[in-house]
Amino acid sequence: MIEVKDLHKSFDDREVLKGISTVFEDGKTNLIIGQSGSGKTVLMKNLVGLFEPTSGQVLYDGRDFVRMTKQEKVMMRREMGMIFQSAALFDSLTVLENVMFPLDMFSSMTYRERKERAMYCLDRVNLVGAEKKFPGEISGGMQKRVAIARAISLNPKYLFCDEPNSGLDPKTSLVIDDLLHSITQEFNMTTIINTHDMNSVMGIGENIIFIYEGHKEWQGVSSEIMNSTNQRLTDFIFASDLLKEMRNAITKK
Amino acid sequence: MFWKQYVKEMQQLGIDSIGIVLLISFFIGAVICIQMKVNIESPWMPRWVAGYTTREIMLLEFSSSIMCLILAGKVGSNIASEIGTMRVTQQIDALEIMGVNSASYLILPKILGMLTLMPVLVIFSSAMGIVGAYGTAYIGHIMPPDDLTLGLQHDFVPWFLWMSIIKSQFFAFIISSVPAFFGYTVEGGSVNVGKASTDAVVSSSVLILFSDVFLTQLLS
Repeated sequence: MIEVKDLHKSFDDREVLKGISTVFEDGKTNLIIGQSGSGKTVLMKNLVGLFEPTSGQVLYDGRDFVRMTKQEKVMMRREMGMIFQSAALFDSLTVLENVMFPLDMFSSMTYRERKERAMYCLDRVNLVGAEKKFPGEISGGMQKRVAIARAISLNPKYLFCDEPNSGLDPKTSLVIDDLLHSITQEFNMTTIINTHDMNSVMGIGENIIFIYEGHKEWQGVSSEIMNSTNQRLTDFIFASDLLKEMRNAITKK
Repeated sequence: MFWKQYVKEMQQLGIDSIGIVLLISFFIGAVICIQMKVNIESPWMPRWVAGYTTREIMLLEFSSSIMCLILAGKVGSNIASEIGTMRVTQQIDALEIMGVNSASYLILPKILGMLTLMPVLVIFSSAMGIVGAYGTAYIGHIMPPDDLTLGLQHDFVPWFLWMSIIKSQFFAFIISSVPAFFGYTVEGGSVNVGKASTDAVVSSSVLILFSDVFLTQLLS
């Protein structure tokens, strides 16, 4: 479980996060949603330590990440996996080498064991056969799946995904969503996903946090969104006229 | 993992530069020899002067300083753009999230790789410059090869070779660390990576020129 307490983050005079407090639960896909520029990515970067919060606490199962020493943070990060918006695969390494990279760095396994583990992760994301290819030779959806395989190779307790569906077609996005959801349940991870994708919100959102202009505007589950009276949330989720009409039709029934 | 990276960098930054170093050194050696023969040699000068000056110029300045200036362009832009691209495509963030010390993992093998291979490049460059000079003697018939041999062997000071290698070690550090810094600290997108690459080459070239003055004074 990850608990965030009164988290503030400012860049010079501009306050981006304005006292966010929330809980991300174990074994669930926790979604952070909000408009572009609302502070979602800044929140995630504060959670993983790429940014230092101005004030507040980030507790990983009760351990305050913000106040940890550099060495403690390095150890803590071995329990984390992250999937970046751009996949962030290492260009000079093959798919297999990318997935083996965390194992090469931090595990005491033999080469054979590391390779077996990497192949298992690739199999888990349906990429067996692509292990000898380089990131530049595979599609965007495959790159995201390689990033997922790499992120889970060390069996992390916490998985962070920054807009995993950006740039993907709706069908591939569903594949990625299903994969993230099933992996979360299978390994009982705390998964946090930043997303704009409404399919993800309605499909796998077990704990949804809506960020509006740097503060937590709403928190709940996907089934509660339909009946929410929060105007900012409904304006964001049902942005188009078509979606508004669909919502009205469903709620009338 | 570090060892693997170190060997890869030696290959990428050092071994892959041997071709250009040999090519440039061959022609510069040849041109220096021709210039010395045509412009300096006279009945009042000893017949070994062209060979002697060619050796001294190659050893004291070209193979260490000028060759490092050339490598600052080739290797420097490579390092800055590679690390800069890794920064803007979040590959460095990915390393940090994994708990890897990204600066140590990415930059240290490059510096050590350059420091290791630079003496080899200096020696190859000097040797190839002399081969170029012999080319003018044997193929171009600019001067008798015996005169050239006499000049190359005349009053050789072994310290000059060490001086060249010591200077090149300083330059190797500049060539690898300055572009790595520019690449590592880049922010923004591809335009900024290009700018960082240019800045890295300019800064490392200027630093090499300045430090050359001090090192030459210090070691002579």
